[in-house]
This record gives sequence, structure tokens and C-alpha cells, in this order.
Amino acid sequence: MVGEGNVSARTLSEKVWDAHVVRPGTEPGEPDLLYVDLHLVHEVTSPQAFDGLRVAGRRVRRPDLTIATEDHNTPTDSLTTISEPVSRTQIEALRRNCAEFGIRSHPLGDAEQGIVHVLGPQIGLTQPGMTIVCGDSHTATHGAFGSLAFGIGTSEVEHVLATQTLPQARPKTMAVTVDGELGPDVTAKDLVLSLISQVGTGAGIGHVVEYRGPAIQALSMEGRMTIANMSIEWGAKAGMIAPDDTAFSYVEGRQYAPTGKDWEAALDYWRSLPTDAGATFDAEVRIDAPSLRPFVTWGTNPGQGVSLDGVVPDPSNFGDVGSRTAAERALAYMALEPGTRMYDVPVDVVFLGSCTNGRLEDLRAAADVLRGRRVAQSVRMLVVPGSAAVRLQAEAEGLHKVFEDAGAEWRFAGCSMCLGMNPDTLEPGQRSASTSNRNFEGRQGRGGRTHLVSPPVAAATAVAGHFAAPADLN
Amino acid sequence: MDKVTVHTGTALPLRRSDVDTDQIIPAVYLKRITKTGFDDGLFRAWRDNDPNFPLEKPEFTGASILIAGRQFGTGSSREHAVWALRDWGMRAVIAPSFGDIFRGNALKEGLVPVTLPPDAVETLWSIVEATPSTKVTVDVTTREVRVDAQSWPFPLDDFARTRLLEGLDDIALTLRVDGVIADFEAARASFLPVVR
Repeated sequence: MVGEGNVSARTLSEKVWDAHVVRPGTEPGEPDLLYVDLHLVHEVTSPQAFDGLRVAGRRVRRPDLTIATEDHNTPTDSLTTISEPVSRTQIEALRRNCAEFGIRSHPLGDAEQGIVHVLGPQIGLTQPGMTIVCGDSHTATHGAFGSLAFGIGTSEVEHVLATQTLPQARPKTMAVTVDGELGPDVTAKDLVLSLISQVGTGAGIGHVVEYRGPAIQALSMEGRMTIANMSIEWGAKAGMIAPDDTAFSYVEGRQYAPTGKDWEAALDYWRSLPTDAGATFDAEVRIDAPSLRPFVTWGTNPGQGVSLDGVVPDPSNFGDVGSRTAAERALAYMALEPGTRMYDVPVDVVFLGSCTNGRLEDLRAAADVLRGRRVAQSVRMLVVPGSAAVRLQAEAEGLHKVFEDAGAEWRFAGCSMCLGMNPDTLEPGQRSASTSNRNFEGRQGRGGRTHLVSPPVAAATAVAGHFAAPADLN
Repeated sequence: MDKVTVHTGTALPLRRSDVDTDQIIPAVYLKRITKTGFDDGLFRAWRDNDPNFPLEKPEFTGASILIAGRQFGTGSSREHAVWALRDWGMRAVIAPSFGDIFRGNALKEGLVPVTLPPDAVETLWSIVEATPSTKVTVDVTTREVRVDAQSWPFPLDDFARTRLLEGLDDIALTLRVDGVIADFEAARASFLPVVR
């Protein structure tokens, strides 16, 4: 907590950082050189990095700490055919690069293909206390395991491929303590959307944040991943949660989990990671879990949100000119009038998926709402599992039948409509309820209007045809 | 990376805050596998839909310094956002704050991210809007922005400054300590996962 503390007491992020310093910065302002335990690669941010290696005559230093998948461009209606030629070119470039540089890859059609941040945890490659990077800002997801995980740009991707390290300036630390318990109808997604609306989209800039408190500890790993995933949406460098028995049980037995003596040694290290009593943070935020409600965004950044039973705000009530102008622009883009009840806003499309909410528990939660009900005639609902493995598991539980019987589309795995790089996009003017992480202008398609919600709210909204929570359905 | 010491040019005032990288370069352009030629995608949606958008206005032709509102470059890590700005001709971006990943990407490519207080940004907007031909100087050596007789200091740590001034290649720098990396690797715990 902020205040006096023991100098040798360290936070979770400081411990993981210190354990990975290959060479500390010595000149003023010189960053530390950090070792990267795991480099996740996908097709969008890697082609120019591999070209850079090729031009410089360099190889990949640690192909054995690198893994690739195809997710952003992949179609969700086929496992074999990529009809869009530019997408196909990019995916083929990744395949050639992986083959040339000896990198393990999980291409479209492979049993482990899927969104890169669903893949790592599902095969047990994501573990506590690691450094994990990827050319994708939602790399923050892996922080749910108590790893230091963050997104990097293509130049840094090239740097990691060539050296397995990254020069990094030590960030500040922030604690987000969530007191109490979440109500039964409030999910991790509602929690993180509420947090961002309270602190603002820039509050985390320059900080690694640690989510703490009973409400966080009560979350499953998938719930923790939802929270960590959206750390980037309020500007945080990374978002971490202390590993505990929930995390250890999740990792145990997965393909890349350590076993035998290695498992015991890993547990010793993992158990040493939680923040020490008396360690101090540079900043602190407190959230009251019992006061939280199901949430929905109304604007064009993840911080412009309101509780589901609320109304579209009036920009003239906003304190500063900057926020007021931004809200006016957002409402104009989103075609919303101040004072409108969110319950009265109809939607055209519902998207259930993404690295934020595309895992098995998310699909189960939505299926629980859709079972025995129908998607409204006016709504198109797409269900896109986060990975081929999640899809298989969901089918083993019969969830796909629930979705199909309700009139939703059961698709293949990928990033899909989160960012509309594949053919799953909104038409101009269409309004969506989406379980993804960004509602920026045009994010899901030119002129598309995105509202971020949790899986249960997405499902209830699909049935009602306008924003709704499960409790509102009869 | 080319050296950056002092850059003087005209400026483009962008009176918007929270400009995310989806606006700077929409996802469709990310399908390209080249590193150049992204100028057609820069601020594409705003260029197409907003008749008042300043980017292509004749008075701002040739502008090489972008002046934007707080939290410039939030959201996606796409370095393509920096490439698009650079391909358009930008050499520096001035704003009250930046998304961390965007800021790092910009430094990698020699696009200087200049943090100035909001009132300084407001002053610069006013000057440039009144007289678009005004020359603005971003001086990495002295860490100053200068317009006519006025100047404002901006933060830039010593290491980032040296990298810009000398046009250093980060990978070559790191490979100088290859032996230190190898020593670290030899001592890594055996329980850490290895991809098969």
C-alpha cells in the first residue's frame, strides 16, 4: 500500500522484473535489458520484423522460446480457404517465415490454432513469474498469471527475435484494490469497464498495475484474464494478478506445465512472487465491488461507459472542455441522444468472442442465457470461440447446439469482429453489442458503432434486440 | 535509424485528444507486409468523412510536425501508426501525453514524441492556426521546442536522446553484450517452458 514501507519489500512486478534483468542500465536514463521467457507471434506484426532479420543476416536466437499462430486475418467460416488476397498474402508470409526460421506454428486448421492470447494459457505455456511479449497490445492478458506481459511494436518484435531480450525503462507501480465481492450478476468484464470509466483511459500510463483484493482473488483464471486483458485500455504498461492456488491448479497438467521436481521448484518460485507485506506502490486506486452493476459503453473509447440501467450522458454536464468535446464527438458518431436509456438502444449485431471474452466460461455464460430462447429477428449474432480447442470443448458440452438453436452463428476461432480485419465486420451505421475490448470509431468496420459488454449482457441483448441484462428477460 | 538532432518545419494542428492508433491507421492497412507506403492510410476515416479535417488542407501542405491533444496514440500497439505518420512526412509529434507503446515505437523510428503541457500545446495551436507557415523547431540536442522568440523545454531521458542523436541501431547495441545474454541463459531455471 502507499505509505511507509520496508525498502527490501518488493511488489509482484518488481520481483518479476528483477528476476529478468540481464544487464541493468548504467548510464543515466539507460533502460535495463530484460530477458524474454516467451515470445508470441502472429501474422500482422511480424512480416517486417522477419524481413529485417533477413536483410541483416540474423537468425532467431531462441526459436524454442517462440511460438506462432494465425488469428487476426483468419476467416471464421472456413478452416482451409482465405478468400481475401491481401489477408492470404500476410498469412502465407508468416508460414514461410516460421518455416525458414524454425519457429513452431499453429496455422488455421491446426488443433491449437486460435487467438494468440488464448493459445498461451490453454497449452500451459503462460505461467507465473515469466516475461511474455507479443506484437499485440492485449498481451497484457497473460498478466493474469502473475507474469510481466506487454505488447510491443514490430521493431521490438525484430529485437526480440534477434536477441531474446528487450531494453526497457522500469515503469512505476500502481495497486488497484477491489474491496468486497462482486454481485451475482456482475462479471469481470463489468468490473474492468467500470474501473476504466472511473479512472479514465490514461490513468495507467507509465505504470504496471497490480489488481488485488478479495474480489480479484475470487475470480477464476478466465475472469482474471478478462481484467488483465483490458489493462492496456486505461494506458497501463502491464496488468498483473498475484499467482495463487487458482493459478497453479489452472496450469497443472497442461501441455507445457512443468512436472515432477520441476513442478516443485516452479511452485517454490511462484509462491515467492506475491507482493511483500510493507511493499509500497507509486499510486493506488480502490474500487468497491458491491456497488458495481452490469456495464455498457456508450462512446468511442472504453472509458465512456455507464451502468446498463443508466442513460446516455449529457456532454454539457462534463467537467472539462476536453471531455465535453470528446463526448459530443462520440455521441455524434454513435448517433445517440443524451438522456436516452441504454435499455432503449436497439442493436443490429451481437459479437461474442475475442481475447477478452472468448473462452469456455464466456461461452457457457452466454449459452445459459440463450438456452430455450431465440435471438431477435432484427439481430445477427456471431459466436466466435477464442481457439479451436475452446470450440471443441464447447461442442463436447453441447453449447454449439444452444447457440444454433437460438439462431446465432457458430463460427471458427480467431480475432474476427473484434477488429474486422477478416470479413466479419459491421456495415456503416450498424450498432453492435460486443464482448471485445475496443469501441473506437471504425474499429469493427468503417462507420460501425461498437458497444462493449459482458457475455451475459451480450446474450440477453441478442434476445431482446436492445441492451438488456439476463435478469430483464422473461 | 537516421540521426535526429534539430528539426525545423511547419506544423499541422490536430485539435483532438485520445487519438487512438485505429484512427491513425485503420486495421485494413495492417494487412500489408511492407514497411513503407502507408501515407494513404493515415487518418483515413477522418480524411474521408470530415470536410474540416486539416491533413490535406493546402495551408498545411508539407507540415512535418503534428501537434495533437492529450493521450495521442492510445490503443493498439501497431507500429504502422508511426510508419504512416513518417511516410506522410512527419518528423515529430507534440502532445500533452502519449500512449506508452506508441511513444516507444515512435522513438524506435526516429519520430520524436514531444510532451508539452496542455497550455503550451494550446499556444502552439493558436500560433499555427493563425499563421500556418510558422516554422516550429524541435531541438533534441537542447530538449526544446522553439517558435519565433518562445521556447518550451520537453522531457527526454539521456539514453533516448543519445539514441536519436546518434541514430543507433538497438539490435546492434544489444548484440554487443551477447556474452552477457548467454551467461544469463545458462543460469535460467530448468522449470521454465520450452516450445517443442
